[in-house]
Amino acid sequence: MKFGTEIVVMCVFTFLALVAAGFGVDEPFRQHMWVLFFVLLGFVIVLLRNTSFAPAAPVDPSAYMDGPIRYGAIATMFWGVVGMLVGVVIALQLAYPDLNIEPWFNLGRLRPLHTSGVVFAFGGNALICTSMYVVQRTSRARLFGGNLAWFVFWGYQLFIVMAATGYLLGITESREYAEPEWYVDLWLTIVWVAYLVLFLGTILKRKEPHIYVANWFYLSFIVTIAMLHVVNNLSMPVSLLGSKSYSAFSGVQDALTQWWYGHNAVGFFLTAGFLGMMYYFVPKQVNRPVYSYRLSIIHFWALIFLYIWAGPHHLHYTALPDWAQTLGMVFSIMLWMPSWGGMINGLMTLSGAWDKLRTDPIVRMMVMAVAFYGMSTFEGPMMSIKAVNSLSHYTDWTIGHVHSGALGWVGMISFGAIYYMVPKLWNRERLYSLRLVTWHFWLATLGIVVYAAVMWVSGIMQGLMWREYDEQGFLVYSFAETVAAMHPYYVMRAAGGAMYLAGAVIMAWNITMTILGYQREEEPMPGSVPALQPAQ
Amino acid sequence: MDYNLMREFADSWALLAMTLFFVGVVAFTLRPGSRKQADEAARIPLKDD
Repeated sequence: MKFGTEIVVMCVFTFLALVAAGFGVDEPFRQHMWVLFFVLLGFVIVLLRNTSFAPAAPVDPSAYMDGPIRYGAIATMFWGVVGMLVGVVIALQLAYPDLNIEPWFNLGRLRPLHTSGVVFAFGGNALICTSMYVVQRTSRARLFGGNLAWFVFWGYQLFIVMAATGYLLGITESREYAEPEWYVDLWLTIVWVAYLVLFLGTILKRKEPHIYVANWFYLSFIVTIAMLHVVNNLSMPVSLLGSKSYSAFSGVQDALTQWWYGHNAVGFFLTAGFLGMMYYFVPKQVNRPVYSYRLSIIHFWALIFLYIWAGPHHLHYTALPDWAQTLGMVFSIMLWMPSWGGMINGLMTLSGAWDKLRTDPIVRMMVMAVAFYGMSTFEGPMMSIKAVNSLSHYTDWTIGHVHSGALGWVGMISFGAIYYMVPKLWNRERLYSLRLVTWHFWLATLGIVVYAAVMWVSGIMQGLMWREYDEQGFLVYSFAETVAAMHPYYVMRAAGGAMYLAGAVIMAWNITMTILGYQREEEPMPGSVPALQPAQ
Repeated sequence: MDYNLMREFADSWALLAMTLFFVGVVAFTLRPGSRKQADEAARIPLKDD
């Protein structure tokens, strides 16, 4: 590859970043453009050093394009460990405020780094690379658009780096899960449209007549996120060379727009996309078709018809009109049905192969993921009921709920998919070690259980303390007293998070050794090899 | 076109259209004879490595 056009275009953008670093109207913007300049410059140097004038090997149009998927699997692992590490750090900061290091590493800047790091960097890379893997293999077609997949991969990494460094520099729109400022949002829009073209193009040139249900889920995730991202980030920059912008909405309209976005980021990013993963990787790992394909179709349509309306449950007892709050609550409760339909569908795929739970730790991981999907989609609708919400809202219970969904469902199903894909992508006979997968499974599961249980206790205690009146009608506790009471739970929460992180680090080691081609000598899993029978 | 007009359209015709579409999808999915096609579609991931 000569990378001629790429190098020229990248040089132009590197120069523009330098110009912006010089003429930026505010200090954070100038610093951010210096970051961009050095990132792009590094990329140009890498491209220059990889230039080869040897004629490129002809591309086999029938072979699958797995290069960007391999990079994506590594990026998923890398960002996963980084994002979870930042999570443990902010958990410790809440327990021990002295760990807030001004100005770059205080909780206010690290928290969006953690949420975006795990949701968009870890989860996003997992979704992009598995969607590329699944769409090729279920369409029997190579990825559409030549190097478009590489653009999507590198463009998305640039978005992550710009978002993350922006937070640390104090650049933020303060919109939940959508903190990057206007210029980073515009870049993500370009990358996302390219991703949509890549995915749709591959589906359009498929050789399999039917579009497998996993692709429907992935496609709904891509289309909906595009819509949510554009509407939620409609804003007017103060200057084209500045980091500040103002939202197109204000007041309660802005609040509802943000939670329409925020909840559907949960519904379509963290649920629909990962359900696509479930519908491909669970059948593959247990080598059985999904329990009921027709149920999966109804699951799909019911989920996308209901989820989009559930956002207002984040704004109970606010200035949002009552009818809108009730609407959000009712649709959230209706979501019980498709969610549990999907969970049952995933679990029942194992019927007749339940023994694999004992012998295959990857199946165990996937089953735990689906079980947590069921648990958190039970807890969520319950918390959306106004009476329950009046206790749970603004407390740690919400944090516990989010983490049982994110660590339990999203994390575990992604780990399962990566464990499945990596030996196949690098043509390895098996993983480096199945025993380490078992270690990962137990550390992660115990970590989630500790985390969620501690947050239930802490959150309900916090909610009860806030609403405690004495016989004269005065509040019993000051706010600071509730914070002091939560200290032991914050410490335990950090311990649960650290266990989960330790599992992810073990996985990173296991995956690295698999990619490098090693196999650990170890006892096979009990039951995985049939015991020898004595001759009759 | 003002807010009230859109609001009225949303909770009348648009609501009806979406409900009918959804009911139609469910009916189509469960129509007689769809089981065989669905079983074939379910095997798509297993046909390929």
